[in-house]
Amino acid sequence: MTMADSISDFYTLPLDDWIEVAVKDWLVPNFRPVFQALQWPIDQVLGGLEDFLLWLPYPVFVVVVPLIAWRAAGTRVAIFALSAVIFMDLLGIWRETMITLSMIVTAVTFCTIVGVPLGILAARSDRFAGIIRPVLDIMQTIPPFVYLVPIVMLFGVGIVPGVIATIIFALPPIIRLTNLGIRQVQGELVEAGLAFGATRRQLLFEIQIPLALRTIMAGLNQTLMLSLSMVVIAALIGAGGLGLTVFTGLGRLDIGRATLGGIGIVLLAILLDRVTQALGEGGRADTGKKRSFKKLLFKGIRRTDRDDH
Amino acid sequence: MTDGNEVPASRQKVVVEHLYKVFGDDPEETIRRAAAGETKDRIYAETRSVAAVADVSFTVAPGEIFVVMGLSGSGKSTLIRCLNRLIEPTRGRILLDGQDVVAMDAEALRELRARKLSMVFQHFALFPHKTVGENVEFGLKVRGMPPGERREKALRALAQVGLEAYADVPPDNLSGGMQQRVGLARGLAVDPEIMLMDEPFSALDPLIRRDMQDELLALQEQLHMTILFITHDLHEALRIGDCIAIMKDGRFVQTGTPEQIVAAPADDYVAAFTRDVDRGRVFRMGRLSHEAPTVTPDDDPATARRRCEAHQVTGLHVVDADGYPLGILVRTDLVSAEGRALRDLMRPDFPAARADQELIELYGECAKGLPIAVLDETGRLLGSVDPLRVFALLAGNGGEGQASPSAEASAPLAAREQ
Repeated sequence: MTMADSISDFYTLPLDDWIEVAVKDWLVPNFRPVFQALQWPIDQVLGGLEDFLLWLPYPVFVVVVPLIAWRAAGTRVAIFALSAVIFMDLLGIWRETMITLSMIVTAVTFCTIVGVPLGILAARSDRFAGIIRPVLDIMQTIPPFVYLVPIVMLFGVGIVPGVIATIIFALPPIIRLTNLGIRQVQGELVEAGLAFGATRRQLLFEIQIPLALRTIMAGLNQTLMLSLSMVVIAALIGAGGLGLTVFTGLGRLDIGRATLGGIGIVLLAILLDRVTQALGEGGRADTGKKRSFKKLLFKGIRRTDRDDH
Repeated sequence: MTDGNEVPASRQKVVVEHLYKVFGDDPEETIRRAAAGETKDRIYAETRSVAAVADVSFTVAPGEIFVVMGLSGSGKSTLIRCLNRLIEPTRGRILLDGQDVVAMDAEALRELRARKLSMVFQHFALFPHKTVGENVEFGLKVRGMPPGERREKALRALAQVGLEAYADVPPDNLSGGMQQRVGLARGLAVDPEIMLMDEPFSALDPLIRRDMQDELLALQEQLHMTILFITHDLHEALRIGDCIAIMKDGRFVQTGTPEQIVAAPADDYVAAFTRDVDRGRVFRMGRLSHEAPTVTPDDDPATARRRCEAHQVTGLHVVDADGYPLGILVRTDLVSAEGRALRDLMRPDFPAARADQELIELYGECAKGLPIAVLDETGRLLGSVDPLRVFALLAGNGGEGQASPSAEASAPLAAREQ
C-alpha cells in the first residue's frame, strides 16, 4: 500500500447522501402539497394559453402576427414575420410551435410577475440586493440539469415542470435589470420627486418605473431569450413542443427532424426578440409604458392628434 | 434685510441653528472636532469623516432672498438639501415658521414639502417622460389635486414664466433657459412660501443667466417668496441677494448684505472673491449719504457761508419748510454776496439721486463736482454725498463708519449702515 496522497483516500464527505436524504425523505414528503399548489396557477395559464393558440385558426396568425410586428418594429420585421409564419406551417411544425410559444409566454409572464417586484425591492434596499445577488449568481451558473432531478421529484414530469425549470433559468435577468434600471434613474430626478412631496409609491410609479422601463424591457427580452434556450432541456422532463421534436430527433439520430425543431426555435426566437426589443425602444422614445402600448396600436392616429396642439 | 436684527427669531421665516451634517462613521467625534474649530482636512485625515456642513446658523426674514455662495465642495448643496431633508441633518435645528423640520415625522415632512417648500435644481431635473405641463403639474398631482384644476394652475404658472404655449411639448425639446423656466414654473405652481434654489442658473449661458436673474427678481416683486438661493458666482449673489453668506469647508465665513461683503470682506478668502467686483454696481447712494447742512430761503448768505465752512463742503442745499430741496448754494458764489437773497444766489438745477440708486448710474452727476442731493421717494432731502467720497469708495477705501472686518464677522447680521 502506497502513501495516501489525498484526503479522500481516508474519508469522503458524503454530501451527496445528505442531499439525497434531505430532498427525498424530508422535502418531498413534507412539502409536496406546497409545490403542487405552486404548480396550479402555472397550469391554469399554460393550459388556457395553449388551448387558445391551438384553437385559433391558422389564417388568423397569417394576418395578426405580421400586423403586430409591423406596428411594433416596422416593415422589415413584418415581412420576416409573414415568411416565418408561412414557413413554419410548411414544415409541418405549427402545432409544436404553438405549444412552445405558450410555454415561453407562460414562463415569461411568471418571471415578470415575480421578477419585477423583486427587482424593485432590490433597488430600494441595498441589504436585499446583497442577499439576492449571490442567489441570482447561482441561478445563472448552475447547469439546469442539476435542478431537473429535484423538480421531477417535487412536480413530477410533464409540461408544467418544464415551465418551472424554465422560470428558474430565465428569472435572473429581469430581476437584475429592473434593479439596475431603477437605480440608474438620475439622482436629481428622484430628489425632485421627493422635494415636491411624492410618497415612495408615487415616486416609484410616476418617476422610477417609467424611466427604468427601457432597461426593464431589455431584461424582459433577455428573460425571453433564455427561456427559449430552455425549450430542449425542458423536453427532457416531458415538456412537448419544438423541444420534443429536437429531443426525439436526437434519440433516433434523425437529423432531419432535429433540424426542423431547431429551425422552428430559431425563427420564433428572432421574431420575439425583434418585437420585444422594438417595444423597449418605444418606451424610450415615447412617454411611458401606457403610451408605448397605445402607440403600438394607434401609431398613426396619435401622431395627428398631437399636431392639433 | 435692512431690519434683519429687529425681527424677533419667532417671526423669521427660516431659522437654522448650529446645523451639522457629517458623512462618515463617527458623527459624534467629527462634530466635537468641528465645533472645536478643527479644519475639514484635518478632521478627515483623522476620522475619515467629513463635516459637509459645520455649525451653520442663519435666519431668513419673510420675503427675503438669502444667497449662499461657495465653491464646489463647500457644502452649499448639502446645506440646502438639509432644509427639506433630502439629506438628513446630523445635528442642529431648522425652524420654518417656528416648526422644527428635523423633528417632523415622515407624513408631516411630506406635507411640508408638498405645500410650503419647493425646489429648483441645477440641472433642471425635469421628468423626460412627462410633458412640460405634466412636469409643472407634478407637485399638485402628488398632493391629490384633480386633473382639471391642476392643469389650470400649471398653465397659470407657465404663463408666469412665458411658456404657456409649450405645455404639451416634451421638455427635451426646449433650450436650457426654457427648461429652467419650466423648473421654475414647477416650483411656483404649488404656491410655495419658501423656494429652495440649488444653483438654478449655473448651467445656463451668461446672457440667459442674466435674463433669468432679472426674471426671478421680477417674479419676486409680485410674489414675495422667501428664497434660499445657492450659487458659486459672487456676481450673481450680489445681484439678487438681499443677504449673502459666503461658505467655505462647510462653514459660513461671512454673512452680510452685498455692500457689507464687498466693503469689508471678513478674510482673505472673501477678499479674493470681491477683488474684481464692480463696486459701482454693488454700492448704492444711501450708503454714502450724510446728514447734509442745509439752509432755508430766508437765511442770509453769511449763515450759509459759515455752515459751508463748518462742514467743509463745497455747497449746501436750500430746503423749504417741508424738507423739499429748492436748489444748491455753491460756496464760491457766497463770497462777497452780502445783502443778496439766497433765492437769487442758489442754482435751481442740482445733482440729485435716490438712496437706492447704484453708484454706476451717477458718475455723470459726480463729475459736476457739487454735493449730490439724496432724496426719498417723494423727493424730500435725506442727505447729501460728496462726489469725492464716491470715487474713494470705488477705489476700495471703504465707506465711512464701516465696522472692521473682524467685528463684521462676529456680528454677521448687522443692519445695513446708512
